[in-house]
Amino acid sequence: MSRDVAIVAFAQSDHRRHTDDLSEVEMVMPVLHDVQRQTGLKASDIGFTCSGSSDYLAGRAFSFTMALDGVGAWPPISESHVETDGAWALYEAWVKLLTGEADTALVYSYGKSSPGSVRDVLTRQLDPYYLAPLWPDSVALAALQAQALVDAGDTDEPALAAIAARSREDARTNPHAQLPGARPQGAYAVQPLRTGDCPPIGDGAAAVILAVGDRARELCERPAWIRGMDHRIEAHSLGVRDLTDSPSTRLAAERAGAFERPVDTAEIHAPFTSQEVVLKKALGLDTGVTINPSGGALAANPVMAAGLIRLGEAAARIHRGESDRALAHATSGPCLQQNLVAVLEGEPRA
Amino acid sequence: MTVTEPPEALRAPLVVEFPFTRSLGPVQSAFLTGLRERTVLGVRTEAGAVLVPPVEYDPATAAELRELVEVAATGTVTTWAWNPEPRPGQPLSTPFAWVLVRLDGADTALLHALDAPGPDAVRTGLRVRIRWAAERAGAITDIACFEPYESTAGNETTAHDGRFEDPVTGIVAPARLDYTYSPGRAQTRYLQGLAERRTVGERCPSCAKVYVPPRGACPTCGVATTDRVEVGPRGTVTTFCIVNIKAKNLDIEVPYVYAHIALDGAGLALHGRIAGIPYDQVRMGLRVEPVWSEDGRYPDHYRPTGEPDADYDTYKELL
Repeated sequence: MSRDVAIVAFAQSDHRRHTDDLSEVEMVMPVLHDVQRQTGLKASDIGFTCSGSSDYLAGRAFSFTMALDGVGAWPPISESHVETDGAWALYEAWVKLLTGEADTALVYSYGKSSPGSVRDVLTRQLDPYYLAPLWPDSVALAALQAQALVDAGDTDEPALAAIAARSREDARTNPHAQLPGARPQGAYAVQPLRTGDCPPIGDGAAAVILAVGDRARELCERPAWIRGMDHRIEAHSLGVRDLTDSPSTRLAAERAGAFERPVDTAEIHAPFTSQEVVLKKALGLDTGVTINPSGGALAANPVMAAGLIRLGEAAARIHRGESDRALAHATSGPCLQQNLVAVLEGEPRA
Repeated sequence: MTVTEPPEALRAPLVVEFPFTRSLGPVQSAFLTGLRERTVLGVRTEAGAVLVPPVEYDPATAAELRELVEVAATGTVTTWAWNPEPRPGQPLSTPFAWVLVRLDGADTALLHALDAPGPDAVRTGLRVRIRWAAERAGAITDIACFEPYESTAGNETTAHDGRFEDPVTGIVAPARLDYTYSPGRAQTRYLQGLAERRTVGERCPSCAKVYVPPRGACPTCGVATTDRVEVGPRGTVTTFCIVNIKAKNLDIEVPYVYAHIALDGAGLALHGRIAGIPYDQVRMGLRVEPVWSEDGRYPDHYRPTGEPDADYDTYKELL
């Protein structure tokens, strides 16, 4: 028997360039308390907990175990962790709920980029034989993809600047955003990408609560039902791929049911302006779709939480009645290496 | 009424450095050994495409790939990005272009650096060739970089058995990442207390347990621990072990005793070394006090106070 699963609560921190005064658990705890308050659930009421983070950001092994204190992990809870964006933790929790092993789940993720140099840190996720010894940083790899798009005639610098401007203008209404409002496009970070085409570096956390069926209806006035979710990856060698396209995103979207009916909102995880161009093409998003009304990752990009935030923002729009059918996308790795797509729906309104 | 501002969080450099040692399979071994010998090898797929750099399994079909071919040291830029400010570890220290290069004879592209005078000298379609490193060891960095090179594109490949004398079978990839570590509010307050030779825990407002060292959260209740409580300095050994193996870089003579110590007023035991008593006389219930390190930043070890042993019932919940 299939079970309906919904996102019933979402919370996120204010995203900031530095949070020196806070340890990870101190940063995460208010966000956990926020989703608990929204649903009235206590830690002991949660059937399954799953988190996403990265030791390389923290510079410490098993760093997530410290953050786990914020959940209230004693007496023992059913818990798991993914060493990637929390969107994949949400996927794991969704599967857990579908199997019937739990009725509610808490999913959270966090990233503090401020202690290290995130451009350099992210080189350690690359192929260790052919790429990592060259230390190609995340901006450089995104710039290679951007140039491929320019060469293909898919975009140009003014079009990329317009994406940056629209995102940060939309972020004015997002109280958590790190970069709300107009910013200069600035100098080239790595040509053809200017600083304005790149995401802010920042620290932040997010949490959602999932619930099944009538439990979801009890906890939330208008649950955001997960109609489908899937994630796919590309071949790992960048030189094998057509960087102007994202077939993994398209396939994930197809398997999630995104193309069965039009969506009205798309929260897509595009840390670089050029990646929005790739994703819009892969997902076939036309002008009738509101893209990243939250401002997206260009306005706040806490690494390991930014993808989960896309799912949370899409769900929150459904909770508020601003969307009936939304697509949420998360990515991880260089040049949109791994992609997750979820389709969320609210029940028809009277 | 005076309000005490929370102390400014402590900060300290933290360096994570490791030499990642990795073994190579037959294809990667041949490719990297080939670079040492100025020979670039690719691998042919069942469909006939030549992958450079080569992989052991076809990214499209997952078929095992072993048919090696030699390709040219010249090629064509398929995309590029101008890097005005090279970062540590990158192939060139002067501004350069990142490039994906499809070598002549290959169907896929290799990522590397291109040495060029400026972005105006680079374009997609530019013809380039490998500049070999003077000293080569069997690594991707044996290619120092690419350089512009006018030539005609070709697609010649020649079969290669992948055999070289003294093949490279592994690589060591050194990595260093620099961080500035900040322990957050709770641990900052704890460390500042230690600097005054005081041990300060934090009480959970929900279950009243006193955590030492505090990490800012009660793992039972999942709430912030904000109420500061000075504990100790004396405490009780709740359990212990006798260490007989000398740890590297540790100048403590074995055997020594490592113990859990419940400081008076603490809701759980912390760990520390016991000294000032023969190792075989340490026991559960022994009353101890801290002996501070020379610079006074932390207790170096704990020694007996001479008090009578604590009653089991007084610490059994803290085991």
